[in-house]
Amino acid sequence: MTLRLWHRQSLMTTQLAELPELHQMMRQTCRDYAQKELAPIAAQLDKDHKFPAKQVKELGAMGVMAVEVPESLGGAGMDYLAYCLAVEELSRGCASTGVIVSVNNSLYLGPILKFGTEEQKKQWITPFTTGERVGCFALSEPGNGSDAGAASTLAQQEGDEWVLSGTKAWITNCWDASATVVFATTDKSLKHKGISAFLVPMPHPGLSLGKKEDKLGIRASSTANIILEDCHIPLGNMLGERGMGFKIAMQTLDSGRLGIAAQALGIAQAALDCAADYAHKRTAFGAPIGKLQAIQFKLADMALAIESARLLTWRAAMLRDAKKPFTKEAAMAKLAASEAATFVSHQAIQVLGGMGYVTDMPAERHYRDARITEIYEGTSEIQRLVIANNILKEYQQ
Amino acid sequence: MSARVLVGVKRVIDYAVKIRVKPDHTGVVTDGVKHSMNPFCEIAVEEAVKLKEKKLVKEVVAVSCGPQQVQETIRTALAMGADRGIHVEVSGKDYETLGPLQVSKILAALAKKEQADLIILGKQAIDDDCNQTGQMTAALLDWPQGTFASEVNIEADKLKVVREVDGGLETIKIKLPAVVTADLRLNTPRYATLPNIMKAKKKKIANVKPADLGVDVSSRLEVLKVDEPPQRQGGVKVETVNDLVRKLKEAGRI
Repeated sequence: MTLRLWHRQSLMTTQLAELPELHQMMRQTCRDYAQKELAPIAAQLDKDHKFPAKQVKELGAMGVMAVEVPESLGGAGMDYLAYCLAVEELSRGCASTGVIVSVNNSLYLGPILKFGTEEQKKQWITPFTTGERVGCFALSEPGNGSDAGAASTLAQQEGDEWVLSGTKAWITNCWDASATVVFATTDKSLKHKGISAFLVPMPHPGLSLGKKEDKLGIRASSTANIILEDCHIPLGNMLGERGMGFKIAMQTLDSGRLGIAAQALGIAQAALDCAADYAHKRTAFGAPIGKLQAIQFKLADMALAIESARLLTWRAAMLRDAKKPFTKEAAMAKLAASEAATFVSHQAIQVLGGMGYVTDMPAERHYRDARITEIYEGTSEIQRLVIANNILKEYQQ
Repeated sequence: MSARVLVGVKRVIDYAVKIRVKPDHTGVVTDGVKHSMNPFCEIAVEEAVKLKEKKLVKEVVAVSCGPQQVQETIRTALAMGADRGIHVEVSGKDYETLGPLQVSKILAALAKKEQADLIILGKQAIDDDCNQTGQMTAALLDWPQGTFASEVNIEADKLKVVREVDGGLETIKIKLPAVVTADLRLNTPRYATLPNIMKAKKKKIANVKPADLGVDVSSRLEVLKVDEPPQRQGGVKVETVNDLVRKLKEAGRI
């Protein structure tokens, strides 16, 4: 083993034990921002279903809307571990803001950074690094979510243009987005190998938005259908090669699910913050309820669930940064973190008792925000399939 | 403009932490407690960086006195836009007894060594609330001072400073070089941006000892005891004005 490799490996181990100074500073700045600018307005944003445009611009100025994008294109030029830390800290303040940041970074900028031409990067990345514009990712359809290979949105070549038609569903950010990465099939007979990816500006003739979904949680982030009817785009708007769409989608989601894992961690941490604080203050049976074993066991289980999921998330991010395979670890991280979020937020309400059920305390919002993390960017069931497939491959006879 | 600004930044216990007095009453608990940059020092750094962005000063140098950990505070200043840092190493007992007089001697020596044109400090630190370092530094250098600044403008070789005083706002004009101390409303400190945090890593922090600057950091003050503020006692309700006057007389208040 070369000295360099050993050094790098020991760095990775130390990183798990304690983050490097750069990452600590970065985490602190995001935590400060979330505490001062997001947490105080999160409840109102949720009530009003309001997109935090001002905050998104401020986060853009901080470099958080394009963490991995190189400085030459207007991004912060940091690694994926830094990005996961940022999303967790921001989500701790406001889960909706967390997902807005995550979708822009992982699902929109991610695939363009990886598969785009230099020209496409300049056009579709740089304006989306400042927080002035956000992008979205249109893969799911009313007829297929997990079954992404069955995409029925069509892309037909007509001269020097592509014409897209079909409906995309559940698109996060779409009412506030200025561009989208759309997946459509150029040849249905090839099934998933016939899907390609396209870049479409928003608004655009032939592209319209469905009604904003009235969601249980993450209400400050807009979710709706994108309807494509005779939508013409230049040939140069194809992302990657023809037929590469499914591969682009899957690779993008591999990374995106770490962003969602980070969001889930932030929600879980906020719920734990709420419960632990309450345990100190609320008295019953003559003492703060934190003295009761029933509450202590809950807090311990909650903290354990978060810390375990967090380490999985960090490890997956570090593997990705080291350009090593990380699909299995990313699926594990997303699964663990999202289940931790629902578990912790559920228990947080339990610790708060009646107070957990009313809007006076944020516990009910965390409970509502947490639920979606087990569904989007790969349901918990899909994560289990991904993990199982990887395990079976490892043990291939 | 060739101006060089020296900004003092102090590492203090974070403002949100609940302070606990040590069981031996010699001080407060600092081990394992969250520390950050003194909020008024943040405002001072922000002002210096703003002056640099307006091209009114050329270089911002962040200075901190203390043990190894103060390098984090200097790096935060670098991430906000300071160009380089100076870490004046003071540790152990010397650090525990370090106060405004010694720090101002250090800053005065550094100002001469670095040929600074302007020193910006926070008006006071939130741990000792001394509100002395800026004033002492100016006196040691025989420089004019603009303390409790809520507005600072450079006009040729003079500084126009609006000061927050008890009676309202006082505007003064002082000649450079000068010392300014930042008050709350001077500006709103920026969040460190990610690219700047990355750049901060490459910026230099020089190490220097007080002895190198010819400064003796031994203290002339001895802390005898540190106590929590007394518990608030309950009040007493009285029925009539006469009762009130009688009670006040009894308590020796009138």
